[in-house]
Amino acid sequence: MSSNIYDFSTLTGAIHTWLSGMMPSGMVIFSEMVLVGLAFLLMYALVGLFLVYFERKVCAFIQNRVGPNRVGPYGIIQTIADLIKLLMKELIPIRKSDKLLFNLAPYIVIICSFLAMAALPYAKGLQAMDFNIGVFYIMAVSSLSVIGILLAGWSSNSKYSLIGAMRSGAQIVSYELSVGLSLLAIVVFAGTMQLSGIVESQANGWWIFKGHIPAVISFIIFLIASTAEINRGPFDLAEAESELTAGFHTEYSGIKFAFFFLAEYMNMFIVSALGATVFLGGWMPFHIGNLDGFNQIMDYIPSAIWFFSKTFFIILIIMWFKWTFPRLRIDQLLTLEWKYLLPISLFNIVLIAFIVLMGWHF
Amino acid sequence: MMSEEIIKDVIIGENEDYIINLGPQHPSTHGVLRFEVCLKGETVKYLIPHIGYIHRGIEKMCEANTYPQIIHLTDRMDYLSAHMNNEAVCMLVEEALQVEVPERVKYIRTILDELNRLASHQLWWSAFGMDLGALTTFFYGLRDREHILDIFEESFGSRLLHSFNTPGGLMHDVHPNFQKRIKEFITYFKKKLPEYDQLLTGNVIFQNRSIGIGNMSKETAIAYGVTGPSGRGSNYSCDIRKIAPYGAYDKVQFNEILETGCDTFARYKVRMREMWESLSILEQLVDNIPEGDFTAKMKPIIKLPAGEYFKRVETARGELAVYAVSDGNKSPLRMRFRTPNFSNLFVMNEITAGHKIADLIAISGSLDLVIPDIDR
Repeated sequence: MSSNIYDFSTLTGAIHTWLSGMMPSGMVIFSEMVLVGLAFLLMYALVGLFLVYFERKVCAFIQNRVGPNRVGPYGIIQTIADLIKLLMKELIPIRKSDKLLFNLAPYIVIICSFLAMAALPYAKGLQAMDFNIGVFYIMAVSSLSVIGILLAGWSSNSKYSLIGAMRSGAQIVSYELSVGLSLLAIVVFAGTMQLSGIVESQANGWWIFKGHIPAVISFIIFLIASTAEINRGPFDLAEAESELTAGFHTEYSGIKFAFFFLAEYMNMFIVSALGATVFLGGWMPFHIGNLDGFNQIMDYIPSAIWFFSKTFFIILIIMWFKWTFPRLRIDQLLTLEWKYLLPISLFNIVLIAFIVLMGWHF
Repeated sequence: MMSEEIIKDVIIGENEDYIINLGPQHPSTHGVLRFEVCLKGETVKYLIPHIGYIHRGIEKMCEANTYPQIIHLTDRMDYLSAHMNNEAVCMLVEEALQVEVPERVKYIRTILDELNRLASHQLWWSAFGMDLGALTTFFYGLRDREHILDIFEESFGSRLLHSFNTPGGLMHDVHPNFQKRIKEFITYFKKKLPEYDQLLTGNVIFQNRSIGIGNMSKETAIAYGVTGPSGRGSNYSCDIRKIAPYGAYDKVQFNEILETGCDTFARYKVRMREMWESLSILEQLVDNIPEGDFTAKMKPIIKLPAGEYFKRVETARGELAVYAVSDGNKSPLRMRFRTPNFSNLFVMNEITAGHKIADLIAISGSLDLVIPDIDR
């Protein structure tokens, strides 16, 4: 690899050496953990705020509107103003609700998205935890958020919330399968579950290009299923504004509502980042075979820019879905998964295993 | 069919069903309507509509007001068909007094009818898409509706509740730009209407959500008195513009839109095709408005001769009938409105049973309910 000019491991290594010179090794690890935690907290807030602004501008563009344009230039401070408003709003207590579970639910949802963020490779040498089961880990923690949603629906003591939560449970449990199987397709290609390994395996081309048609099929299935898994339109049945007012978070107000809201956007970021990493090469620049001159130019674009532009490309597609399509009905939603996506994914996996065995991929 | 079950469950109180209240404040009831819905899982067993949250006693108020004043009350019933409501009362008075209104008035009234119908259908399309979760439709529909409201504003100074009709004619003549603006609108909207189909009609999710949902047979439609586009979606020919032409409808060529699908999608298609038909009616009329007075000569105080009077018009939602009893005074002894939405609402229980709760929203959207029209 010639592209080490933007390698973040030089920076992180320098910080480590600097800290080691000042304090004993136990303290170094502790302070590094605090630093990484703070960095994630900051990034979580920034990405969340930006995504809300981004969604409002994209939806305004699709709907022939201008979008937020009053607070700050092009309305960029609008989300911060909204956040302050949400922070200051009253937390309305619900009579006859299960207080403990009611208060616990938003934190479960938001912790799950935090956990998943830790394992993503953001740029070359910039990854907090590089598990050897990275894909598996992200799948596992992101599916935990359904517990938070179910608790929210159950403890609110509201019928709308309960219906929303039950829908959400059925939906996430079903679509988890397709997301998993479509990611498994690339795991079969790459031969590893480690996210850094999957990114390295795409140095000479992204899997969506190298993996023939089966990779494209699994990418499309991944897009559909992950949209459903994060409860976004056209699969936003758990919220279903026109049917259930706001679904599982009907009874929440103020900052607790903001947690659900933020977690929804961060889940969208996480699945998009995962899709970008697995299918579109993550932070790996766009390379074409042996065209060294072209590859060199591509290497000059920093890896973080590659990662975030790919992620936002997928986010844009997911937003485009939401603002164009009507919502599915619950039985149609489950039919789509169990009768179409799952059989296709299973067949696709067999096909990919065959291709890998024959060595037909690039 | 359902009544025994309802009596047992709700009135006697042996009710162990899962009952949820949709409304009176709910994003999809388009006003203060309450549905008491009994669910089994997500499937609707039956629903009871509760009305009266916006009852203002318009019929009773009519008894204390003179006929020109009554017109301003009729705006407030079906506020999206304000002009048709006005026209019904005006024509009732004109027929009772045997006043011949000038041709110009008839033409302008018919043009305004169709513009109002278009604006109403545009708003319906916007809201219907939103009921099904396609949020973008709302902005497309309202963008085009704005052009019609601008025409209204230029001529009568108000955009929604324009009490522009008076017994005998119009308040004043239309703005000189009237014809030009309408012609501009027709060319504009002919380009925009195919966008509606591209965005929603052909969408596979939309078709799955609407085809075969809320089947209402022709017999059911007649039994419940469902009229307007909702009735015509069940192949029930009930267009008052054809059955008893008024205004300039006998001078234009137009088709009564009928669909045989009987489901939500058929009702959707009827309204989409009616928009094209309204455009064609406008095209035929807009260049041929005769010159003349904008009102017939009327007495300053209008007193109907003693007797009973009846007039009906086709609003954007169905048949509006006005029935008045006069004892020779300047206000009616009794006034009664047969509003289309009242009948259209009560077919809901019949056609939603067995469908999912999401279909309930789609069906109520396809019936295009306006709640103040139900409660009056």
